[in-house]
Amino acid sequence: GRADAGRERRDAFREELLLSPLPTGDVAATFQFRTRWDADLQRGAVSHYRLFPKALGRLVAALGVRELHLALTQGFWRTRYWGQPPLQAPAGAELWVWFQPAVTDVDKAWKELSNILSGIFCASLNFIDSTNTVIPTASFKPLGLANGTDHHLLRYAVLPREVVCTENLTPWKKLLPCGSKAGLAVLLKAERLFHSSYHSQAVHIRPVCRDASCLAVSWELRQTLTVVFDFFSSGQGKKDWSLFKMFSRTLTDTCPLASQSKVYVDISPKNKEKELLEVSPPPTSLHEAVVQGDKKTYAVYDLLSPSLFNTSRSLNVQLKWKRPQDSSEMPIPTLHAQRYVGGYGLQTGEICTLIYNTHPYRAFPVILLETVPWYLRLYVHTLTIITKGKENKPSYIHYQPAQDRRRPHLLEMLIQLPANSVTKITIQFERALLKWTEYPPDPNHGFYVGSSVLSALVPSVIAMKDMDVEQSPLFTSLFPSSDGSSYFVRLYTEPLLVNLPTPDFSMPYNVICLTCTVVAVCYGSFYNLLTRTFHVEEPSRGGLAKRLANVIRKFRGVPPL
Amino acid sequence: AAPVQVQLVVPMTVVFGPGSVPGDLPRPLPFRDVQEMEISVNLRTSVTSRYEMRYRSTTGQEEAALAAATAREADAALHPLQDATLGSLTIYVVPETSSLLPQGIHVYVGKHRSALVRAGGSLAALRARLREVTQVMSFTASSIAAALSHRVPDGQLGPDARRDLKSSLGYEITFSLLNPDPKSHTVDWDIEGAVNRYVKPVLDKLSLVANFSVDSQILYYAMLGVTPRYDKESSSFLLSAHSLPHVINPVEARLGSSAASLYPVLNFLLYVPERSHSPLYIQDKDGAPVRTNAFHSPRWGGIMVYNVEAPASPQASLPLHVDVDMARVMEVFLAQLRLLFGLSREEVPAEFLLEGPGNEGLADWELDHLLWAHTVENIATVSTTLTSLAQLLDKIGNIVIKDDVASEVYRAVASVQSAVTKLSLGHLHAAFQASKEAVTSSERAFFDPSLLHLLYFPDDQKFAIYIPLFLPMAVPILLSLAKIVRETRLRKKEPTKMD
Repeated sequence: GRADAGRERRDAFREELLLSPLPTGDVAATFQFRTRWDADLQRGAVSHYRLFPKALGRLVAALGVRELHLALTQGFWRTRYWGQPPLQAPAGAELWVWFQPAVTDVDKAWKELSNILSGIFCASLNFIDSTNTVIPTASFKPLGLANGTDHHLLRYAVLPREVVCTENLTPWKKLLPCGSKAGLAVLLKAERLFHSSYHSQAVHIRPVCRDASCLAVSWELRQTLTVVFDFFSSGQGKKDWSLFKMFSRTLTDTCPLASQSKVYVDISPKNKEKELLEVSPPPTSLHEAVVQGDKKTYAVYDLLSPSLFNTSRSLNVQLKWKRPQDSSEMPIPTLHAQRYVGGYGLQTGEICTLIYNTHPYRAFPVILLETVPWYLRLYVHTLTIITKGKENKPSYIHYQPAQDRRRPHLLEMLIQLPANSVTKITIQFERALLKWTEYPPDPNHGFYVGSSVLSALVPSVIAMKDMDVEQSPLFTSLFPSSDGSSYFVRLYTEPLLVNLPTPDFSMPYNVICLTCTVVAVCYGSFYNLLTRTFHVEEPSRGGLAKRLANVIRKFRGVPPL
Repeated sequence: AAPVQVQLVVPMTVVFGPGSVPGDLPRPLPFRDVQEMEISVNLRTSVTSRYEMRYRSTTGQEEAALAAATAREADAALHPLQDATLGSLTIYVVPETSSLLPQGIHVYVGKHRSALVRAGGSLAALRARLREVTQVMSFTASSIAAALSHRVPDGQLGPDARRDLKSSLGYEITFSLLNPDPKSHTVDWDIEGAVNRYVKPVLDKLSLVANFSVDSQILYYAMLGVTPRYDKESSSFLLSAHSLPHVINPVEARLGSSAASLYPVLNFLLYVPERSHSPLYIQDKDGAPVRTNAFHSPRWGGIMVYNVEAPASPQASLPLHVDVDMARVMEVFLAQLRLLFGLSREEVPAEFLLEGPGNEGLADWELDHLLWAHTVENIATVSTTLTSLAQLLDKIGNIVIKDDVASEVYRAVASVQSAVTKLSLGHLHAAFQASKEAVTSSERAFFDPSLLHLLYFPDDQKFAIYIPLFLPMAVPILLSLAKIVRETRLRKKEPTKMD
């Protein structure tokens, strides 16, 4: 790229935007910014940052972080209707971190890390404590280079209540080398991004191989942002869209520091028919790839190619449908899930999870991770897993019971999903009574239970080629690909909202008022009893007659009786 | 503020070279003498300095060293013969007519803890010179006052007194290269080499005072907060002195706070102005361009503007490649670093000659200068912290002091007492270490989270809860009081009706 003009650079920055029309008529835009730094973030050493942000680099170096994944999400990715996302995240804030084996007190480092991150990203990550932190044993493997996967170095926490907004986006944008001044990041305007059905921004830091021989380590920072715009409902039933319509901006120049800057538009033909879509201006090239078990065709706009900005000063990618899309042909993703709370009353309840495998002929295993807060007391003996009317015995179960006010429940299971099946997992729980100081503000809103996590190697219908990771688009390369026959998927279910028995919070004051009044009344009469002087009053006989007589005597001018 | 009484004892040796002994010495050499000086800060803070001088004549080795051709050589030769403890001073008196010192120079201060002084004829003249030398090499009233600046009433301090950094256990130094126009300039700086060559020797020397960490970053599209003014005459852009305070704020938002540590950050910014605003010059208050094109901000750091020469041909392809001359930049930054630590060499009398600090960037006596000031400041800080803790406890009676907090307070008091004792014994290094421990303990005690928790239940809320009880109970009492008042009035009016 152009940035290589001077001496040999040890860091590189690549950015790309993936625009994919969703089957429902919505449009998903995924930004990926990748900074790679050929340096080892040693502890305590003098470090000189160029493209890699200093705030994160120092954090990694100071706390012995090996891998850090933070996602802040507003809304829920509807896998059933929108298909497999490039990278999904649960609603709220999610943080999972692998620490270096040299870190002796992982809990302390974890606490410190979440506090610092909450400062950097203006998020309430400082509420991460032992009551919402778990140590998964199987679900979260390191995504980067790792020797040894001792899961005691891993911490995972979700804050489903966290609301994501502009104040989280601004520090996230500040980490980019070009800020929001040039390149693809100029599209990131808060007033459009938060006017959407789904918004998820993430930061992933991991060590990767420097080259094919993998003798040295490089650090990779990946900043991703996914938004889903709903145009079908707001655009008078038209599914046509353009960059300007989505972001109220167009691309005018490139970030001079980026060694790659591309816009991908998903124009894959559905059902092997002729393409329905028309993009303008004409793309620089076409890229075909198998992504998550689907053959995809992308129109690629290379912002660094000089021809692109020669014809017009700005790039406004537009997409038109040639004919109305048939919504009944909606492809159903191979793996998807849903979850809900069952039961009635405020004493007990039931969490039901439905996992769908729509693959026509292949069964595959899935790891399910459930984190349930301690105030929902799970009855593990009621755990039932039923597939096609028969009980399905999980081949691996890791259960860590909760301790009140100390740690949450952790349930991890490896479940085999037969082909073309629905698996129903239910577990009953009892709602605990909290102390009155433990209720959050607005307790009648309910209590969130974080999404459960499904991790699976989903068999692909189409054989995938082994791609060169460095050259392939960024959105394909975060998860390791094993072989050509399957691909890795991590899905999150809906977060749950559970009502707990909530006391009337004005009651203590009412009781105080009532008792105080009673006490005061008693006190008043007792006081009167003690302080009043009592006279014996002569009973006046014939009171009314006497008064009448006096009135008459007054008229007559005689002195009264 | 709490009363602070400190005595600073400086052990000094005055060595008379051959032919330099004044005629009116009170006693034959060797003998001891003490000089005291009072530094007034405010009524409750008293700092006395006490110079314990030992007068003696030279030994044979010293005589040989003093016979060197230049003062620098003499200084180098004398160094191994001296007392090397921190805070001590050795002053060699040479004859008034000695050729060791250049013409017009009376005092030569070396790289280490020694100075050469011309005898000056009489003992009184020598004493006056000795006082000047010792103040330059250890501490002056103003440097101590600056260290205690939070105790000095406003208006009594000079404008520079609040420039020095607060004493801290560590500092973070960040060098940032600001490139607001990466489309036109590709700027490269060999910061790694420059830090190793210029900054590290200084910090190695300063590591006695505090922990230092150094890092650097490059920030793109980082603009200054002020649009510079175009000057037609010089066809350049100008930043006037009064607009400089507004320059930093927008940049600071990009610098990235040091979330990972609690130490204060020193920022040194190198700003390469965008092409449409170059060349850019900083003007001082009188409108003259500043020679270094740099300015510093007290207790924050410094900014230097680095202009890129315009290409010879206007058609030169962009971006221009710029290699920063790190020697020029680091010279400015190191001078700013010295300023921030209060090691300015500007206030030295004219007849003084100071040996350059050489590669280390810092002479031994300058280090002592820093240690004296920081020790006094630490002692004052601990005293203030513990006093405010005590005041807080007096104000809010129901705060619970846990055992660990109490032990931190005891430790802080013990350390600060030991620091004061060590100071009055002349053990500067031990005193500094003790004062550092005292600061750590006192801060830990003061910022203990357990002291905050109970603050949020004020008395008026308790009262609000009891109002439903107190109000109805007060009604009969008030009524009967009113009744009593009414009855006594009636009784006074008709005293005869009593029977």
